[in-house]
Amino acid sequence: MSAQKKRELQVAALENGTAIDHIPPDQLFKVAHLLELEKMNNTITIGNNFYSKKMGRKGVIKIADKFFEEDEINRIALIAPNVILNEIRDFEVIGKYPVTLPDELVGIVKCNNKKCITNNEPMRTRFDVIDKEKGTIRCRYCERKINKEDIVIK
Amino acid sequence: MKSKSLVSIDQCSKEDILRILENAAKFEANPNRTLLEGRVAATLFFEPSTRTRLSFETAVNRLGGRVVGFQDPSTTSSSKGETLKDTILMVSNYVDLIIMRHHLEGAARYASEVTDVPIINAGDGANQHPSQTLLDIYSIQKTQGKLTDLTITLVGDLKYGRTVHSLIVGMSHFNPTFHFVAPEELRMPEEQKNICDKLNIPYTEHTDFTEDIINKTDILYMTRVQRERFTDLEEYERVKNIYILKNSMLDNSKENLRILHPLPRVNEIAYDVDDNPKAYFIQQARNGLFTREAIICEVLGINKLI
Repeated sequence: MSAQKKRELQVAALENGTAIDHIPPDQLFKVAHLLELEKMNNTITIGNNFYSKKMGRKGVIKIADKFFEEDEINRIALIAPNVILNEIRDFEVIGKYPVTLPDELVGIVKCNNKKCITNNEPMRTRFDVIDKEKGTIRCRYCERKINKEDIVIK
Repeated sequence: MKSKSLVSIDQCSKEDILRILENAAKFEANPNRTLLEGRVAATLFFEPSTRTRLSFETAVNRLGGRVVGFQDPSTTSSSKGETLKDTILMVSNYVDLIIMRHHLEGAARYASEVTDVPIINAGDGANQHPSQTLLDIYSIQKTQGKLTDLTITLVGDLKYGRTVHSLIVGMSHFNPTFHFVAPEELRMPEEQKNICDKLNIPYTEHTDFTEDIINKTDILYMTRVQRERFTDLEEYERVKNIYILKNSMLDNSKENLRILHPLPRVNEIAYDVDDNPKAYFIQQARNGLFTREAIICEVLGINKLI
């Protein structure tokens, strides 16, 4: 059996649904959490540390019969910006999409300003994405700017 | 204004600012008008600030309105663990306007989201204090007879000083030239410099506070250099006396130069400056009353000043 074939067999094929590919291995479970996979009843395959030509190792998530809305999936762009989304219908990949940061992040990021109201009230955080390329965001409330490397997911 | 609450100076367009200043001038001519008759304003001071509270409460009273509120959060239900949201919603049942100060940043923005009653932000931590900025701009206009093409020198703690950050935003509509004078540790942050760069506003940074700079200046805006801001106390000892304005430094300054300070001052303006006619910081505080009367009318949608 060819190495290629062996690799393909490691993951069950998907008839209909979404395959999220090229997830950095250390972010895989964060991605699963952000997508709230634990709340879904769909059949889900999660695999990690697969061989990847592009990135060495990668994580993969396959979710049967689930097609994400754009703002639903874009939340993962924060921690896994190079992820590719494969939309699969009838065993065929009918679309491949990169994820992009949305304009607004609601309830995902924790503000790292201790004196921000969001860290002291039972409320959702809101961040405006002010630089999509650099991944810079700004808290809607305390107006503190946070660079990508300092972003803390709730 | 885009919102009927005043939370941040960023939300004010040039037209908004000019309209508020125009109305402030009318209130200066006649501060006592019965525009708020039958209305009640709440002053919720989750953090004490005597000067700001008295100024706002005087403004409401001179407009014929009534005031309820608190100045000591330890006597309120927030000390029992009530959320800000619940406090705001409860007070919203009673009043037509909420003026609030809070030690947490973003508190006023959040309050404006949970209630339909207009909110005036009277300071949220180190974040915003828009009525201070508007009274600063009113003072600039009043002393210079114009707002455009002025050279404004900001001195002291430019890193943490929210008044100077907001002043840059507020004055950015009027083609200013800035000088930023600060010790290395307290330099103007990149974010504010980026705002200037984007709008082609010229600025120069200095670490020495010299007469050369003062002599070019129309508005000298002094702020406090606080010891607790320094990580390197040797640096503090080195700079603490450099950023003190003394009367002798004003000898060759421009005739129209005026010295502003958001107050309270500690020692950054020597007392021998007080008698110089160019010292304006006490009158500046008085302008706060008129500006706040104008802001209150603005958020309540009172356009016709009788």
